[in-house]
Amino acid sequence: MVHSEARDMHMSASDVALIEVGKNVQACMQCGTCTGSCGSADKMDITPRQLWKLVQGGFREEVFNSRTFWLCSSCYFCTLRCPRGLPLTDTMAALKRIATAEGWFKDRKSPFFYRAFLDIVRKYGRVREAEMMGKYFLALANPAVALSFTPLGIKLMVKGKIALQMPSFSGPGKLDNLYRKVMELEAAQ
Amino acid sequence: MKYFYYPGCSLEGSAKEYDISVRALMGALGAELEELDDWTCCGASAADTSSYLLSMALPARNLALAAKTGMHADFLVPCSACYLNLMRADDHMSHDSRTADLVNEVLKEEELSYKGGLRVRHLLDVLARDVGPEKIAAATKKSLTGLSVAPYYGCQALRPYSVFDNPEQPTSMDALIRALGADVHDWSMGAKCCGAGLMTTKEEVALNLVADILDAAQGADCIATVCPMCQMNLEISQKKVSKMRGKDLGISVLYLPQLIGLGMELPADGLRLDLNLALTESFQRLLAAGAVR
Repeated sequence: MVHSEARDMHMSASDVALIEVGKNVQACMQCGTCTGSCGSADKMDITPRQLWKLVQGGFREEVFNSRTFWLCSSCYFCTLRCPRGLPLTDTMAALKRIATAEGWFKDRKSPFFYRAFLDIVRKYGRVREAEMMGKYFLALANPAVALSFTPLGIKLMVKGKIALQMPSFSGPGKLDNLYRKVMELEAAQ
Repeated sequence: MKYFYYPGCSLEGSAKEYDISVRALMGALGAELEELDDWTCCGASAADTSSYLLSMALPARNLALAAKTGMHADFLVPCSACYLNLMRADDHMSHDSRTADLVNEVLKEEELSYKGGLRVRHLLDVLARDVGPEKIAAATKKSLTGLSVAPYYGCQALRPYSVFDNPEQPTSMDALIRALGADVHDWSMGAKCCGAGLMTTKEEVALNLVADILDAAQGADCIATVCPMCQMNLEISQKKVSKMRGKDLGISVLYLPQLIGLGMELPADGLRLDLNLALTESFQRLLAAGAVR
């Protein structure tokens, strides 16, 4: 363990999770092909190559304070080109997973969006775009974000592409049982 | 040609015209699409940010539904994100017995199970390899001569599962476009990323990616897409990126089955071009003048 806070032998859940994720990139030789292949790299605070080094070393705060993994759009170019064949895109997703679970995010947009999405899917089995966006805006509690999407919302509505269906407020969700079982099994691991 | 048809959530909403044109085109080509009864969301890119097991169980539920019917057919998917998730669930369950056991324990809740063996196919794969350019050429009634088309593949139809095309420099659309009598726009952006979900959560990043694609497409009459997320991202931000780059980056964007349908003279209600968000005036004039149709 290299990380400073872990020196006192007090490992948090995200430390343990990060060690697990670190196995994915253990063989990274820092060639930088991932960074060179990444369309979002110039907007990242640290490059993918640097991120893997920090993940390998278990530098929890540096990893999770970075916005790098949130900027991964899952284009899979890095995964395709990695000369070591490492599952880099999946590793970005694993970091999003830990950050969401542990509340390591400054910009709430990504985790709140994903949460709204999954809630709607649990409820109806399928995405209802209008209700999902409504839920997302409500959770963000930021009218400016909602307003910035209004022109698109109107355009889609005029074209009849988003149906305003009555949300159901009560009753069991379509995929309640599936979600419950997933949580049960994951907790048991 | 008989397929399980999995439209996916976008095709019920913002990508209605994709669903309509896929059904119309495949029907006209003599393929039978059997929509999967009771299908549910594949998890998109959201499930994997919450739980790995959920990201497996959501797509696997649909594969299990198909397996349960006992019908032997490939699983046809027009959305690239759905395609990737379904492929990934099948791949991981086939190669990792622990994952397969866990997913099947979840599926038991729905009285389902999946043992693998279904073949998941992207719409483009089916058009390029099952249908093929010869059949498209034979079915073309109105040659799209003089129309220049920029084939846009995006990411997840090609990567990480590179089944039917080169994941760096894809060409599977070329022959289909030429079969219609149209020209292929010479560019190298076909496999680059549109930003996907970042358009919602990290707009500044996605706009940059879209601007590069639209810029490289200039000179073509339209872009052809095979994914609802790509289509939407390329359509909705044209004004913003034009302002950002200080030049007009507007261009018409069509779903590939809409484009093929134009050549085959499918009726307008099978194409629903009126639902597209980015059809330039010049393209509409071409359509109205019957130059395209």
